[in-house]
Amino acid sequence: MGKAIEKASNLAISENGLEKGPSKKRVEVLKTYKIYIGGQFPRTESGRYYTASNSKGEQLANVCLSSRKDFRDAVVAARNAFKSWSSRAAFNRGQILYRIAEMLEGRKAQFVDELIKQDSSKARSQKEVTLCVDRLIYYAGWCDKYQQLFGTVNPVASSHFNFSVPEPMGVVAVMAPQDNSLIGLVSTIAPIIAGGNTSIILGSEAKPLCAVSFAEVLNSSDLPGGVVNILTGRPSELFPHFATHMDVNAVIYCGSDAVIAKEMQQKGAGNVKRVLIYKDTNWFSESAQSPYFVLNTQEIKTTWHPIENVGSGGSGY
Amino acid sequence: MPATTKNKKQKSTPVKSNGVPKLKFNTGWEYAPAPESTSHIKLKDRYDLFINGKFVKPSSGKYFDTINPATEEKIAELAEANAADVDKAVKAARNAYERTWKKMPASEKAKYIFRISRMMQERAREFAVIESLDGGKAIRESRDVDIPLAANHFFYYAGWADKLEYAFPGRTPKPLGVAGQIIPWNFPLLMAAWKIAPALATGNTVVLKPAETTPLTALKLAELIQESGLPDGVVNIITGFGQTGADLVNHQDVDKIAFTGSTEVGKIIQKAVAGTNKKVTLELGGKAANIIFEDAPLDQAVEGVINGIYFNQGHVCCAGSRLFVQESVYDIVLRKLKDRIETLIVGDPLDKNTDIGAINSKTQLETINKYITIGKKEGAEMYQSSCSIPGRGFFCRPTLFTNVAQSNRIAQEEIFGPVLAIQTFRTDEEVIEKANNTPYGLSAGVWTDKGSKIFNLTAKMRAGVVWANTYNKFDPTSPFGGYKESGYGREGGLHGLSAYVKI
Repeated sequence: MGKAIEKASNLAISENGLEKGPSKKRVEVLKTYKIYIGGQFPRTESGRYYTASNSKGEQLANVCLSSRKDFRDAVVAARNAFKSWSSRAAFNRGQILYRIAEMLEGRKAQFVDELIKQDSSKARSQKEVTLCVDRLIYYAGWCDKYQQLFGTVNPVASSHFNFSVPEPMGVVAVMAPQDNSLIGLVSTIAPIIAGGNTSIILGSEAKPLCAVSFAEVLNSSDLPGGVVNILTGRPSELFPHFATHMDVNAVIYCGSDAVIAKEMQQKGAGNVKRVLIYKDTNWFSESAQSPYFVLNTQEIKTTWHPIENVGSGGSGY
Repeated sequence: MPATTKNKKQKSTPVKSNGVPKLKFNTGWEYAPAPESTSHIKLKDRYDLFINGKFVKPSSGKYFDTINPATEEKIAELAEANAADVDKAVKAARNAYERTWKKMPASEKAKYIFRISRMMQERAREFAVIESLDGGKAIRESRDVDIPLAANHFFYYAGWADKLEYAFPGRTPKPLGVAGQIIPWNFPLLMAAWKIAPALATGNTVVLKPAETTPLTALKLAELIQESGLPDGVVNIITGFGQTGADLVNHQDVDKIAFTGSTEVGKIIQKAVAGTNKKVTLELGGKAANIIFEDAPLDQAVEGVINGIYFNQGHVCCAGSRLFVQESVYDIVLRKLKDRIETLIVGDPLDKNTDIGAINSKTQLETINKYITIGKKEGAEMYQSSCSIPGRGFFCRPTLFTNVAQSNRIAQEEIFGPVLAIQTFRTDEEVIEKANNTPYGLSAGVWTDKGSKIFNLTAKMRAGVVWANTYNKFDPTSPFGGYKESGYGREGGLHGLSAYVKI
């Protein structure tokens, strides 16, 4: 691996007070950054990789350059997970989101390290990680409440019980924000899965480390495999596949590239995909969390049933 | 007008099936013609474009005919709006938005919308007759369903105008601006109401394009709006063909596109608005499953299936065009369905006894007949009512297919006519899988007496509207719209407001 890591490991040894010297030097164990599909950590089927580096030109890791086939495998995993995840009790989904927050809280140091490596200051990195934990808890709380906010009982004029409830759209594919490694990813995933959807998310191309590490957090929480699938790679290569896949119900593009946004809307028309563009969102701000983010990947289902009205007329509810 | 066609039985001996004498509802008595009067309706020979509160001649100089599909006779001619006319209408709407509508207190806007509703109620019969004349639907349906629902829709949304902040907790909803709205020919006035009412209540102004085969009630609505005193340009109504709609969709100063129509055109619209800031809602096609379980009240279920597929000649995007019957009751359901089909009266849309009116256009009749041929070719077994149909006009006998395979085109594609594809199933899991195995997701029906089974099924249908032990019910307070390729956005109810606001 690159120089940066060698340097870091030397540093660690001296800080730990271990005896210096070439003969006693402990060789640091480096992490292989793999993708996350169906609760497994495979390498990309393509065998391709790219090297992530920071602004100082230090090489940070070799990261999977995910292919169209990886994306398709991830969609299969997400579709398979949808039936069970969407029918979980809302309370249970809330518990699992809370569990993810717990796991992240316990690994804050790792994420702060990774963010610093990827050009963030220490203070900002700490803020980003704690904000991610808090955001997960925020959405954990919404899991069994947005239905009451966005559902209605409708006073129809005929003798019917009529109600409307939000239901998950299905499989949602996300191009995560490029300019941060963790907060954008967490802020987009949380409302999607809080609402019972399953997802495929492509992490930041330039800052991919936290996406992979966050997959490890998900994997050690109680989130069933396939509910969130995380890929690393190039948005420019993968976005057409996100938009054209016929078994994807919605795509979210977080970014300001007008050409990509337009093409995703166009290509998404193939199966009347819901195409959401989160442009110029400041993911650190308070406005980047709200129940309306949950609503964005919900359908509204309306159910009718007759009410017996022997001896009286009019409607029931 | 064609004479109402009765079901004349050819067979003199009672037909037996399963040893049960076949019920014959229609022997020995015939319905006398009961035509609705057309004397009280006012129609002009020629309608211009309704722009900025006035009827103006089209800059294209072109007019096209609208005909009565039951007689093939011309009723009136309509202006064909070209791009310059569309531009004029959008400018009028923009102007009205900036100068009048945006500044008016919401409670005052509400009163105009209430007023439109009340005036529509006053003229309900006139609207109903014109709807049946122009579109071919049975007067019973125009009179009892389309027009009252349209008026009620205005009334419902009028009340929202000054209460919008309660619909979006924590947000301050703002109007979008100018809404371009394109509506289909199956429920012409009702669709106009579904589009215009929420748009006005949320503070937008409107350019509406009705379908080319059914423009008359929209233009009668324009006259009503003119009379209501609604400020000029708040609602503009322009007629034309697909190109007029395309010009409206592509107009740069439109902030919102609302479209009801085919999935094919919906996809074109989604592509066309890509890269713009236009907000879009699409209400597209469907291929709904109507599911009968063995424990269902079978007579009610059969009525529901009949209503589900033959209502409005089957020109309904949420029509229950796929019937799934549990195997144990298949024979009896099929017999009851065939019996019931025999009693349906096909004929003069203006006759109050008519159940199934005229197919909306020659093109649509050809599409339906094409699918009937495809169904037979693919090996499905066809059954049609033995009724005779008028010699003139566009009519189709109520039709059903048995021995239908899931892969058959008549089970996969939207026909938009009185054609039912019947399949069977054994288990709940099987029928859920089959019902959801379609790119569409607009509606579904479930028939069973068991409450817990109802909720299992309604929860598992991937569709926006699910009717349990009922079918094809609509109400202004009840959101309507699809999953998957049936489009996005909702119309009706509180949820229908979202389509027209920024939050």
